Amino acid sequence: MSIPGNHSAVAKIKIPPVLRPSVGGEREVSASGGNVGEILRDLADSHPATADQLFAEDGELNRYVNVYLNDEDVRVLDGLDTAVGDGDTVVILPAMAGGR
Amino acid sequence: MSPSSADLLRQVKSEIDEIDPSQVNELLQEGVTIIDVREAEELASGLLPGAKHVPRSYLETRIEGITPDRSAHIILYCASGNRSAYGARTLRDDLGYEHVESMTGGIALWKDRGYDVDVPRTLTAEQRDRYSRHLLIPEIGTDGQQKLLDAKVLLLGAGGLGSPTALYLAAAGVGTLGIVDDDVVDLSNLQRQVIHSTQRVGIPKVDSAEESIHALNPDVQVVKYPVRLDASNIMEIIEGYDVIVDGVDNFPTRYLLNDATVRLQIPVVSASILGFDGQLSVFKPYEGPCYRCLFREPPPAELAPSCGANGVLGVLPGTMGLLQATEVVKLILGIGDPAIGRLLLYDALAATLTEVKVHRDPECPICSRPPEEISDEEMGVFPDYEAFCAAAG
Repeated sequence: MSIPGNHSAVAKIKIPPVLRPSVGGEREVSASGGNVGEILRDLADSHPATADQLFAEDGELNRYVNVYLNDEDVRVLDGLDTAVGDGDTVVILPAMAGGR
Repeated sequence: MSPSSADLLRQVKSEIDEIDPSQVNELLQEGVTIIDVREAEELASGLLPGAKHVPRSYLETRIEGITPDRSAHIILYCASGNRSAYGARTLRDDLGYEHVESMTGGIALWKDRGYDVDVPRTLTAEQRDRYSRHLLIPEIGTDGQQKLLDAKVLLLGAGGLGSPTALYLAAAGVGTLGIVDDDVVDLSNLQRQVIHSTQRVGIPKVDSAEESIHALNPDVQVVKYPVRLDASNIMEIIEGYDVIVDGVDNFPTRYLLNDATVRLQIPVVSASILGFDGQLSVFKPYEGPCYRCLFREPPPAELAPSCGANGVLGVLPGTMGLLQATEVVKLILGIGDPAIGRLLLYDALAATLTEVKVHRDPECPICSRPPEEISDEEMGVFPDYEAFCAAAG
C-alpha cells in the first residue's frame, strides 16, 4: 500500500507473545523498509501469519494493535508513513488481559 | 541546706508568669505559640487546639525551630503545670524569650473546664515498631504512614497479581484492603498465588486471603466481596476506594472497570501478564490517558489469550504485582512519578524493561467527556466478548 521510499532501514521489531507462534517463536525479528508501514509489510511477507493480525482489510493497522516507533505511538507521529532509521525499534503491542 | 523538690517548684512558679486556662482559651485564635511539653506517650487523649509538641527534654534544642523570635508570646503547658513552669523559666532565663507563660493546672485543668482538645493521630508503640523502617524514610515518616493507614485500596482478584500486591500492601500498613474474588483456592493456583496455602485448597479466595493478611498485619481491615464484578455491582463496590488495583483476567471487566473509574475519578494501577511478559500502567482519570485511550477496543478472541487457560511463569505475577503495589504506595503518599501516561513492558526472558508513551486520546469515547456525562448504559459497552470467548472454546 505504500511506495518504497528513497532509503531503506533495518529495524528491530519486538514481537508480543500472541504473535510469536506466527514468527517461529522469536521475541525479536529484523525487518527493512523506509517507514513503519514498509517495515510491518516486510514482517508480514516473511511471516504471512502475522498479516491478518496486524492489518485490517483496508490496509490500516487493526485498532486493537498499537505500534510504537522506539517509545512513541505511531498514531501521534505519521502513522504507517512514519520514517524509520537504521537501528530503530518497532514495538507491536496488542492488548493483554491475563491476571491470574 | 538544699531545697526540696517542692521548695524548688514553689520558687520557680513564683518567678515565672502563669496564665489561667480561661485566658489561654481566649487567646487560641490570636496566633500565640502554644507548646505541649509532655512526652509522646502522654498525648493520646488530646492536645490544646493548634498546640505544637516539644517534649520538655528537647525544649532548649527545638524551640528556635518553632519560633526564633525572642519577643513572641509563648504559652507552655504539660499535664498539671509543673514541667511547663520549669520550661518557662529555662526559655526566659537561659534563652532570652521575653514573653513566656506556663498554663496553670496543665491539660488536666483545661479538660476539667470543658475546653476543646484535638485528639492527635498518633501511632501506637506497636505501630511505631512495626513501621519503623517507613518512619525512617523522610518521604514517608509518621504523616506518610498515617496516610497509608487511612488509605482504602481495592484489589480486583486475589490471584496471581493480587496475591503479592495484597501481602505487601498489608505489610506496608494500608488500612483497608477490599478484595473482589468469587473463586476458591485450587491446587494449580499455588504455583504463583502466594497468599493462599495448601491447607486452604477449596476455600473461598477472599477468606484465604483475609487469613494471610491478618496473620501478617492485624492493623488491616479486610473487606470481602465474594462476587464477580459486573455492571450491576461495580459502582457500589468501587465507590469510596482511593486506588484500585486491576489484575482482572478478561477484557469485558477491564473496559467496565475503566469506564466506572473514569466516572468516579479513581486511579487504577493496571497490570497484565502472559507467559514471560508483563505490562503495567497507571490510569489516573483526567490526569493521564485511560485504558480506552490505550486500547480503543479489545482484540478478537483468537488474539485474546485471556480467553483460555494460558501458561504463566510463576514468579512473573510476583514481579508485576509488586510493581503495582509500589505504584499504589506512591499514589497514596503522593511521591515520585507514577507510571501515568507510560506503559512498562517487562520481558522476563530478556530481563528488559521497555517503556512506551501512552497519550490521552482527544476522541476517547469515555475520558474525553466530563465524568457526569458517562451513562450507565454505555459503561463497558463493546461487542459481547464473553459470548465470543465461550463460542471460541
